[in-house]
Amino acid sequence: MSSSAWAALALSLRLAAVTTLVLFLIGTPLAWWLARTRSRFKEAIAAVVALPLVLPPTVIGFYLLLLMGPHGPVGWLTQQLGWGLLPFSFSGLVVGSVIFSLPFLVQPLQNAFEALGDRPLEVAATLRAGPWDRFFTVAVPLARPGFLTAGVLSFAHTMGEFGVVLMIGGNIPGRTTVASVQLYEFVEAMEYGEAHWLAFVLVLFSFAVLLLLNFFGKRKR
Amino acid sequence: MMHAGIEAELHADFADFSLRVSLSLPGRGVSALFGPSGSGKTSCLRALAGLMRPRGFVRFADEIWQDDAKKVFVPTHRRAIGVVFQEASLFAHLSVRGNVEYGLRRVPPAQRRIALEQAIELLGIAPLLERRPQTLSGGERQRVAIARALAVSPRLLLMDEPLSALDVGRKEEIIPYLERLPHELDIPIVYVSHAPDEVARLADHLVVLREGKVLASGPLSEVLVRLDTPIRLGEEAGVVLQGKLAEHDETWALMCVSFPGGRLWVRRENLPLGAPLRLRVLARDVSLARSPHQDASVLNVLPARVEAIGEDEHPADALVRLTVGESALLARITRRSAARLDLHPGQTVWAQIKAVAVLR
Repeated sequence: MSSSAWAALALSLRLAAVTTLVLFLIGTPLAWWLARTRSRFKEAIAAVVALPLVLPPTVIGFYLLLLMGPHGPVGWLTQQLGWGLLPFSFSGLVVGSVIFSLPFLVQPLQNAFEALGDRPLEVAATLRAGPWDRFFTVAVPLARPGFLTAGVLSFAHTMGEFGVVLMIGGNIPGRTTVASVQLYEFVEAMEYGEAHWLAFVLVLFSFAVLLLLNFFGKRKR
Repeated sequence: MMHAGIEAELHADFADFSLRVSLSLPGRGVSALFGPSGSGKTSCLRALAGLMRPRGFVRFADEIWQDDAKKVFVPTHRRAIGVVFQEASLFAHLSVRGNVEYGLRRVPPAQRRIALEQAIELLGIAPLLERRPQTLSGGERQRVAIARALAVSPRLLLMDEPLSALDVGRKEEIIPYLERLPHELDIPIVYVSHAPDEVARLADHLVVLREGKVLASGPLSEVLVRLDTPIRLGEEAGVVLQGKLAEHDETWALMCVSFPGGRLWVRRENLPLGAPLRLRVLARDVSLARSPHQDASVLNVLPARVEAIGEDEHPADALVRLTVGESALLARITRRSAARLDLHPGQTVWAQIKAVAVLR
């Protein structure tokens, strides 16, 4: 494989890792809230979280580009804060990926939290555990399979992302050219040999991920 | 001012029933909240635990746990309680030891009055400590759950039908442990149950609930013999007598239990003289006679005074409240027999007791 293919793969892995980390920080409280709330806004928020599942990635990319661009509100804010503009940067890719993969993290986690029911948390409360204590010592360990599924799915989904990345990041080698974009690039340039290698590595990776999920899914039972 | 016991005013409205309860429970012994499902007994317990927040007021000893008028609500984890639920609800991600130590670790050492070893010993779970909850039997799980609740050194133990998810054999396995608790630990216990036999064996104070209201409340022996508030124990109507083992009769394998007002002969059990015993006499096992029959097979015949005659559930029956010395008895006889014997309050009769269950 050529160095550009390796660089693209490395960038994809880095993007997936950072995205998954950010997703856990944002998505875990969101999933917890969705699982526990009786708010009438619950359904609406859940629908917004699920939007990336059905929207074409290019639509999300397009809106994010506008929002984060020099004339968008987010772009204005990042410029005021001295961060510059996010589009065509790694940070921009992370923002796009986080939004695009949000349902892949939130939904498994929300399901896992809902499956716990109230009882374990009530028991913990009667054993003197406060709300944070209950969350970290009871809810998180009991929902561990959900965390694993959510993490693996988010990571894998970010690895395979194309549309959003292309819209927000464009194709700057070493900065925004991720594996899927590089593959497209190889095919465009008729470099089928390189394309084969990269595609094969991505297939292997996806297969390994699904195998891992099944393995852990079985062990849980 | 120091208070003892529990006072609670609880009001709540649900889709299918409303709770209007005023509770006053003693600060020691076992208080049973008794009633059929939907009577509000579990809601009361959850309100005492702070797991549910009806409108009202909850005071335990000198602590106010809830006072809507003053906007006070102490959350569950700050109440000095231990709770045992119907299902053991052990934490699946922890070993038995991890479960029992979970609450203990969150109690400051200065507030620990029950040592971990004591909780483990009381429930006999030492051999189970390294096991996973999934590998335990139903009865073992419930014993671990009780030990876990005790390990936080609660000042009040709340138990929500802790036996109802178990089969008869498992129940018999747990009940002796429950009977020991009030003797070994000086903490009040609130025990929710719909099973008359559990109440008879364990309770000192009885609150009868129905459709979200308190029907009767008082010491067990007083509430059980009330005729005005039918407790509808059905076949289980009867009294519980507190007695002491007075005499062994080796020849006939009997023992004599004295209770305030009389003596009863029951099957011999290997217990020391003076041992406290709880006897249960069901109304259906007591018949009445105007004269002491010497030619009948009934072993226990006691002189009794008729206090009141009340209606029973079936129109053919009457419940007769009797006093034997300082103790009360209930007899279920047919209304026809009551008429034939010409029973009336103040009369002296002979109570023939066909069966006595020794509860402990």
